[in-house]
Amino acid sequence: MAKSESIRREHAVEKTGVRKVVIYVILIIWAIVNLFPVYWMFTFSLKSNEEIFGKNLIGLPWEWRWHNYVSAWHTGNMPRYFINSVIVSVSAIALVIIASMMATYAITRLVWKGSEQVNAFFMLGLTIPIHASIVPVFITLRNMGILNSHFSLIFPYAAFSLAMGILICTGFMVEIPKELDEAARIDGCGPWKTFGVVIMPLMKPALATISIYTFLQCWNELMFANVFISDSKYKTLPVGIQALSGQYTTEWGPIGAALVIATFPMLIVYIFMSKRIQESFVVGAVKG
Amino acid sequence: MKKKDVINYINVFLFLLPALALFVGILIAPIMKSLYYSFFKWNGMGAMEFIGLKNYTELFTSKAIGFWKALGNACFLAALSVFIQLPISLGFALVLGRGIKGERPFLSIYFMPVLISTVVIGQLWLKIYNPDYGLLNSALWKLGLDSLAHTWLGDTKTALLAVFIPTLWQYVGYHMLLMYAGVKGVSPDIREAARIDGANESQVNRYIVIPVIKPILKVSVIFAVTGSLKSFDLIYVLTNGGPLHATEVPSTVMIEMLFQRNRYGMGSAIAVMMIILCFAFALLISWAFKERDIYGKK
Repeated sequence: MAKSESIRREHAVEKTGVRKVVIYVILIIWAIVNLFPVYWMFTFSLKSNEEIFGKNLIGLPWEWRWHNYVSAWHTGNMPRYFINSVIVSVSAIALVIIASMMATYAITRLVWKGSEQVNAFFMLGLTIPIHASIVPVFITLRNMGILNSHFSLIFPYAAFSLAMGILICTGFMVEIPKELDEAARIDGCGPWKTFGVVIMPLMKPALATISIYTFLQCWNELMFANVFISDSKYKTLPVGIQALSGQYTTEWGPIGAALVIATFPMLIVYIFMSKRIQESFVVGAVKG
Repeated sequence: MKKKDVINYINVFLFLLPALALFVGILIAPIMKSLYYSFFKWNGMGAMEFIGLKNYTELFTSKAIGFWKALGNACFLAALSVFIQLPISLGFALVLGRGIKGERPFLSIYFMPVLISTVVIGQLWLKIYNPDYGLLNSALWKLGLDSLAHTWLGDTKTALLAVFIPTLWQYVGYHMLLMYAGVKGVSPDIREAARIDGANESQVNRYIVIPVIKPILKVSVIFAVTGSLKSFDLIYVLTNGGPLHATEVPSTVMIEMLFQRNRYGMGSAIAVMMIILCFAFALLISWAFKERDIYGKK
């Protein structure tokens, strides 16, 4: 009896052991599927055409041609695209933060009829596709003569991240005890002072989450940037890279270098803040 | 109204003002305007001619525009997304969420493609699919499978799937992350109790974890379907709807109508249809996920 029990247990251990191995093999294969394109991009950015086109497809470069990076940086305005992307993203983040903080304060802290409806109205923004406004916004910008400018991207980007901003802010703001508002009011603070002195400083974690979320939306957006910007002076990275690869159809090394330049800053930040970044994606979806 | 109330409402209004201005100015008003434009024949510059619902009837009957085809492609992508991409995501979320060794690194690696710009991903896949020097064909040649080598994006038979594969691949990690967060929210005590009662791992998943994360699955399905309906970036980079309109989706048709043919009325009609479809599908999916009272009413 005791013996058969122990055999059965051994059998079970063996079975879970096999299962474990299978699971890990699958996990590792999928990890390679996700890492390989980035690895490949990095290695071919340092190779000559000769290597890329057959002699050394996926190995490390034989000769590390860093000057691919120099030519990518110097042709087609890469630094300009980079700076434009930074300007547009940072401005949009600032707008989203200000607008969503204030709106959330009005919705969750001030007492008035209709706050629920207004909140529901903003939440419509979560499902509205960005395409919805492309024609009218395009025409308005054209009539105002600001099609090729940073503004033409900053305001639409901010508008499309606003709903998520409010959603994230609400999640954080309801956690702040209402007693603090009470205490501030007794001390003679009006709503503006309470907002600025009491609430704002406690909302720092929300700021990080909103910034990350908005940043990723802006940094990678293609459709608006493609339609609204034709002047190379205002192109953002996605559009710039599109243009650059059109110029470099035959030489792959410098294109690879441009792709790496556009991607690696993000990946490096991700390595250090992966948890934070992941959280900023989860917060909205799980609460919505 | 008392004076205090008036001041309160003024404050509320001022706090809401920046958000309302952005939201109404760039989302709500333009949607109304799109709806308005969609009833006109207009080249974007000259006079607008009112033509009622003609844009819509043309959209759904004209073979030249190919809206049905584009819609069909988008629905095909949505189906692939729901029936292939999401199950893969769910599988990884269940395995990682259970807490195994290396959980964090795997999670971070799987999520990484979501952060990379679609243009970069598109450019990379262009190089993978390149018929002469691409990774895929080179690999096939090396393996002696020359007959399988192909101009993947240039052939109407393979282009659609070739475009959809990177689209699906990129967002597996996104859905996985949402589901993983849900799986992590299942209390270890419940899990433990089920195990003591003799449930094995897959029974725990099926009867405890999946019912608990159902709200998140709903969100994932909504995102997957509406995301497919409005997909644009990767398709634009890889094929821009070609070859011979084989990979057209609603948004590529819309952009073509607007900026190649200057048909602003028709472009607006497509935009309106996309909003309606996104909302309709979101509602439909929410309804499908609604808890049904399986025991009947008391």
